[in-house]
Amino acid sequence: MSTKAADVVVIGAGIVGAACAWEFAREGMSVTLIDSGAPGGGATAAGMGHVAVMDDSEPQFALTRYSQQLWREIVDELPDDCEYETCGTLWIAADDEELAEVRRKQQAYTRRGIDAEVLDAAALARAEPNLRSGLAGALRVPGDLVVFPPCVARWLIAGATECGAQVRLGTAAVEISDRGVRLADDSLLPAGAIINATGHGAERLTPGLSLQPRKGHLAITDRYPGFIHHELIELGYLKSAAAVGTDSAAMNVQPRITGQMLIGSSRQTGQESTDVDMAILGRMLRRAMEYLPALARVSTIRTWTGFRAATADKLPLIGRCSSGQRSSQGRLYLATGHEGLGITMAPGTARLLVDAVMGRESAIPPEPYLPARLEKGDSA
Amino acid sequence: MSRQVTVAVNGKSVSVPAGSTAAVAVAAVGLSQFRTSVDGEPRGPLCGMGICFECRVTINGRAHRRSCQTVCTAGMEICTDGP
Amino acid sequence: MARNEHYDVLIVGGGPAGIAAACCAARAGRRVAIVDDNPAQGGQIWRGMTEEWTAATQSPLAASWLRRLREAKVEVLAGTQIVARPRDGVLLAETDADACLLAYDKLILAAGARERFLPFPGWTLPGVTGAGGLQSLVKSGLPIAGRRVAVAGSGPVLLAVADCLRDHGAEICLIAEQAPWPRLVRFGCGLIGSPGKLLQGAGYKWRLKTVRYRTGCWPVAAEGDGKLSSVTFHAGSKTRTVACDYLACGFGFVPSLELPTLLDCRLDGGAVWIDDWQETSVQGIYAAGETTGVGGVDLALIEGQIAGYAAIDCQDHAARLFRARERGRRFVGALDRAFALREELKSLATAETPVCRCEDVSRQQLEAYGSWREAKLQTRCGMGPCQGRVCGTAAEFLFDWQRESIRPPIFPADVGTLAEIRPLGKQPGK
Ligand SMILES: Cc1cc2nc3c(=O)[nH]c(=O)nc-3n(C[C@H](O)[C@H](O)[C@H](O)COP(=O)(O)OP(=O)(O)OC[C@H]3O[C@@H](n4cnc5c(N)ncnc54)[C@H](O)[C@@H]3O)c2cc1C
Ligand SMILES: Cc1cc2nc3c(=O)[nH]c(=O)nc-3n(C[C@H](O)[C@H](O)[C@H](O)COP(=O)(O)OP(=O)(O)OC[C@H]3O[C@@H](n4cnc5c(N)ncnc54)[C@H](O)[C@@H]3O)c2cc1C
Ligand code: FES
Repeated sequence: MSTKAADVVVIGAGIVGAACAWEFAREGMSVTLIDSGAPGGGATAAGMGHVAVMDDSEPQFALTRYSQQLWREIVDELPDDCEYETCGTLWIAADDEELAEVRRKQQAYTRRGIDAEVLDAAALARAEPNLRSGLAGALRVPGDLVVFPPCVARWLIAGATECGAQVRLGTAAVEISDRGVRLADDSLLPAGAIINATGHGAERLTPGLSLQPRKGHLAITDRYPGFIHHELIELGYLKSAAAVGTDSAAMNVQPRITGQMLIGSSRQTGQESTDVDMAILGRMLRRAMEYLPALARVSTIRTWTGFRAATADKLPLIGRCSSGQRSSQGRLYLATGHEGLGITMAPGTARLLVDAVMGRESAIPPEPYLPARLEKGDSA
Repeated sequence: MSRQVTVAVNGKSVSVPAGSTAAVAVAAVGLSQFRTSVDGEPRGPLCGMGICFECRVTINGRAHRRSCQTVCTAGMEICTDGP
Repeated sequence: MARNEHYDVLIVGGGPAGIAAACCAARAGRRVAIVDDNPAQGGQIWRGMTEEWTAATQSPLAASWLRRLREAKVEVLAGTQIVARPRDGVLLAETDADACLLAYDKLILAAGARERFLPFPGWTLPGVTGAGGLQSLVKSGLPIAGRRVAVAGSGPVLLAVADCLRDHGAEICLIAEQAPWPRLVRFGCGLIGSPGKLLQGAGYKWRLKTVRYRTGCWPVAAEGDGKLSSVTFHAGSKTRTVACDYLACGFGFVPSLELPTLLDCRLDGGAVWIDDWQETSVQGIYAAGETTGVGGVDLALIEGQIAGYAAIDCQDHAARLFRARERGRRFVGALDRAFALREELKSLATAETPVCRCEDVSRQQLEAYGSWREAKLQTRCGMGPCQGRVCGTAAEFLFDWQRESIRPPIFPADVGTLAEIRPLGKQPGK
């Protein structure tokens, strides 16, 4: 292994690391991307691939919107197996209280230039005839899109390679130090900058991040073209995603370009096993059937689980890591903590990091995502 | 003469011996293509025992039913235009 | 709401092994049930659903066991497929109409085996079927009289299939066995100690004496426009093309391991590990028949009986069958050696040949990746409804790829079926 220092070593070839490698390589920097397994084989393989603008907070809105714009710049170049489609989202209101929230969101979205319309009960029934009757309405966000994340990760990595990036798969990073990144085979990769993009496992290399792994389940069906037309999410999903500490299951059903449907999604904390938990799977599917009763007779082909990396304030960790400062001499950057939005936020995350490393101004304010905000009083 | 059951395959009525599977009914109307693969190729039964899913048809409006594992019942509607 | 049932002994698989197990376990008032996904009992070999056919084609052995089963007080859940394990001691099953939760004290896995299919150009054409596959279709009523059939692949089953199809009026144009003749001669000589097997084989050969049987011969391409019209075979140094309506082609059998794997039973050499009493590594779960290794109907019956007796603590009855089982296993070893698959079969599929039939993924697409998991993520192979049963088995042979762990459902199941899984007692976290 050559000991010549790369400008950037990116650890983790999930969607986030892949996007970083691509952006850095496109800037002409020398990049080495490493992963202990296959590219896109972590949470990226488990995620639904919904690229959505979300407004839980101002910074969340800013980063999801920025990222979605960046997604739009690449989607036309994506090969077919990336299964890109702009299906839009329907945030479903079950009752009048939720419909009031839909109206508030509609204003919040349009005020910031995102297309969004309120569907009343009748319009919702016309748009999605398989939804049960009696729902109050929905917020339609037509610009949201879906992709198949592992193939996008592969495509990004191929793009990075074309710009000269080196890729090393099958070897884990075991330590980040002032000399660089040490791998499991004891080789050392010296680096100008080091990006820890190892998802929910980021703390193994950079202790003290207080990431909480939140387990999620998904199921995929056989092909039923036209069963639904939008990604359908109950408004209560937002509460479910926000509530930390309790197990939850909310209706989130996505149409794939293949005619298949992805059915989600659950959130559980304090779980380590990757096994499918039959009880929460059953609960998640019952929830989906409450909204889409005809799902009862739709065939499920597979189920699986994945872990989201959650932070205390529900925003990702993007930027220079100060807690590891002494050992890595300020060269360590983080790109993790995206919880349920890492696919969406990957392009924006990569741009923010390139800007940080190159000392450029970013398109959106980077401060809300800087790791320093969550670091406990520096005792190092 | 065994008891016969009458079913419809793509709207065409056909009688098969009682106990026959839907796959038999499809073959009885002279079809060898049971489904169209994702790349548009014709496909028919392979394993005959319910594990390959190549014999899938739509039965009484339900897509993706294995015709080799489903016994014909009177009036059953079988369609081979599915994915 | 799903039905709930509780059994003292629950048996999965209604083939010879499952039937034998049920007959032995159904004693002293125990509640015993057999679940099988087929519309009728009998498993692969004793399949035959049209009432009429059953009478015509039943062997005396099948007839006697099926009679015993009717007389024993065994509940038979036909058309019922096990799809998941909601929790220890309970299985979730699905029928055409509903879902049911089946609880058990003792479980006997007799889920059998399936054919190994290998890709070659044209293998996806309608008319190309499994060897046992075409036989199964014919046993369930597919008219075959007057149709020309080439039978190919490997194993004694080719003879059984050809014999059965001919009984139903098919014209057998060729039987192509990939194994070389000298190996088969050695195998035949080894059968001197098992006169039954030898006679059975000789009987098939006698009845099929007018049929061309070629060894060292295998299909290299199937041709046809929208459906099969001819098959080209490799035979010696030449190829020859045979016009036919069906190619019935299977390259041996592989145990069905999805359910035992889901239940955490230890595997050993591609089959379920069992102890002398047919008990798996999980206490209270037994396995019998081809799940434990492909060994033919006689061994399946013996193993089934042992498992049935052992599950109800009749060890002395079970032990009496140990010697017969030992003989059966020796035969299996000889069979495996004689019909081992040759390397040439790995290169039949060309770059464009689909390997994954559910998602249409070609050999060339797969070869870009280094493992089953990576190929699966990037190409969708194995992501279709067969869940890798066909392509995963082929990829194992072609590329030596190991498949990943099993997740529920082990067969595609309705959303409504899986939604029947509820937590015991109160919902946690509420
Ligand atoms: C059920 C579910 C549904 C989701 N749905 C969506 C959605 O619809 N939209 C959305 O935007 N997001 C969604 N997400 C979230 C999204 O999947 C994740 O946020 C995203 O995939 C994170 O990507 P990543 O690259 O950070 O992590 P990962 O994909 O986990 O990648 C990390 C990589 O690092 C590697 N690695 C780890 N440790 C080491 C080491 N020591 N050395 C070398 N390599 C290492 C791993 O092998 C892995 O490949 C969902 C998540 C789940 C669980
Ligand atoms: C297609 C085929 C054709 C064959 N033809 C012949 C032949 O002509 N002559 C011959 O000597 N041998 C033949 N064999 C071999 C023969 O089947 C075996 O030697 C013997 O029958 C094995 O018996 P078994 O009880 O172990 O399994 P099987 O007879 O295979 O029975 C297992 C049963 O379990 C069911 N099952 C599996 N999983 C589930 C589940 N999850 N839920 C519910 N049910 C389940 C299966 O559908 C099957 O009915 C054939 C095998 C196959 C696969
Ligand atoms: S032929 Fe294979 S599932 Fe029906």
